[in-house]
Amino acid sequence: MYGALTMAIEGTIGDEAAVRCLIAAFMAEYVHVIDVGRLEEWPEFFTDDAKYRICTRENFDLELPLSVLSCFGKGMFRDRISALRNANVFEPHFYNHVTGAIRIVDRKADQIRTESNFQVVRTMVDGGMSLYACGRALDTFVVQSGALKLSERTVILDSRQIDTLLVIPL
Amino acid sequence: MTDASPVGPSTNSSSPRFTWPHDGTMRVPYQVYLDPDLYALEQELIFQGPTWNFLCLEAEIPNPGDYKLTYVGDAPVVVVRKSDGGVSAVLNRCAHKGAVLCFKLRGNITEFNCVYHNWVYDLDGKLQGVAFRRGVGGKGGVGPDFDASKHNLWSLRVEIYRGLVFGTFSAATVPFAAYLGDELLRSIDRVFIKPVKVLGYHSQILPNNWKLYAENNRDSYHASLLHVFHNTFGVVRPNMGGGVRISANGWHHQSYTERTASTDDAIGREKVRSLKEQYSLQDPSVMEQKLELGDRVTNSIQTVFPTLVIQQILNALAVRHIVPRGVEKTELLWTVLGFEDDDAELLMTRLKANNLVGPAGFISMEDGCVGGFVQRAAKADQKAETIMPMGGSGIEPSQGARVTEAAVRGFWKGWRECMGL
Repeated sequence: MYGALTMAIEGTIGDEAAVRCLIAAFMAEYVHVIDVGRLEEWPEFFTDDAKYRICTRENFDLELPLSVLSCFGKGMFRDRISALRNANVFEPHFYNHVTGAIRIVDRKADQIRTESNFQVVRTMVDGGMSLYACGRALDTFVVQSGALKLSERTVILDSRQIDTLLVIPL
Repeated sequence: MTDASPVGPSTNSSSPRFTWPHDGTMRVPYQVYLDPDLYALEQELIFQGPTWNFLCLEAEIPNPGDYKLTYVGDAPVVVVRKSDGGVSAVLNRCAHKGAVLCFKLRGNITEFNCVYHNWVYDLDGKLQGVAFRRGVGGKGGVGPDFDASKHNLWSLRVEIYRGLVFGTFSAATVPFAAYLGDELLRSIDRVFIKPVKVLGYHSQILPNNWKLYAENNRDSYHASLLHVFHNTFGVVRPNMGGGVRISANGWHHQSYTERTASTDDAIGREKVRSLKEQYSLQDPSVMEQKLELGDRVTNSIQTVFPTLVIQQILNALAVRHIVPRGVEKTELLWTVLGFEDDDAELLMTRLKANNLVGPAGFISMEDGCVGGFVQRAAKADQKAETIMPMGGSGIEPSQGARVTEAAVRGFWKGWRECMGL
């Protein structure tokens, strides 16, 4: 699927609307995989040496390096999911991501940087629902082996408060 | 300590009148997690009582006028660096109509200036000015008996130890060194060996009474049981070395785990294996530790009664400040630390290790939900009791064994002594 996206991007790199559309399709797939719980597929959206971080706006604005969760390289992405499946204890819950329009921040021949807002409603198995997270994501896309991939994703949470715990990625 | 001192008439029909059911602290009634009258008494007798409460780190307010907002129990507090280099702390509440004086989390000020009616205080909290004190055009203003010296801010006594700033509202609080005791002062010395810098903050909302988290930190029994990751990847295994230190009065503790020759070979970068055969880390660098404190301790959790936790897990250093937010809600404020002289490589080791702790920590996220599990079930019968029999019924420290609840019993001894219950 992403092979086709790649060709389209390369063929229409001058066409911002087309790029925006392709990245929107990528992100729709990304949040779908998380929200339906196919978490083993989550690392595959990233390059092998990708950087991922969830941080709060407080730390981001103070230029402090701490993350709520960080992954440097695909091994750490996979370890997050295997710990979630095998080691960590938490009440089962689901996310429902709603993502906003994609703003193209910067576009070069070999990478595109975007920014988009998101909100996540968390639903617990007993039915309790809450607005769990809200913020913006800074994404860097590249084409690798003919496929569109994230080489970097920084998820910035507007609130510094995390309710109870965070185990499923955003 | 009396056996059954009742708290004055309960104003809450859902909570029975409280009495501690018996001597000792091996059993704790569920009511302590649910009773709003007890919560109100804790504000007065613990947080505004003879205790040292963590305010901030000196490193957060390096320059004159730098301030940070914090809490002592429910009370909002401003801690500020003065022009003479000292640190003062005041209740963040104007002496006039009670508005908070500072509402940004941190900043720099030369005086406290209330936005509501422009009353002005110096950084020690002394009232300096009252707007329109003499009225306008000879009309209005304060009466002739108004005495400005009687309307200063409520200030806390401040002590600083190794860059940690503590405050107390009570004149009865003993000096910090005597409060903690020599042995546990050395445990602070062990971590704060040189100037620290803040790497960032976390705030985690816990769906439970603050004391459930205070207990959790003193409960070295649960570490290798609840936190499967701990046991699996060798930060804390029951067979590792270590121990539990407890202050003579029981209020404070340190539990720690250290590598020994027999456990060390399981922890090397290439050798991390799960106790579950099928489960291993693809990238074990998250578990790397650069020994930097002069010992081989992998995990140290230290508490200062009532609400401070000092954490060293591998190279992840932090202070955690427990802030009650009502009877059934707690905010856990983490200040994550490195040292000023960290190089890029050590910083990266710390940032990776911080995946172990915090609201998303591999070995700490469970503590975010487990207090709520107790809170939820507590309501079934407030007079029923938990039982903590591990390690007997006393508060003795232990060397080697960490399968003990002695430090939790020590916490309850401190709680009973402060509360007079």
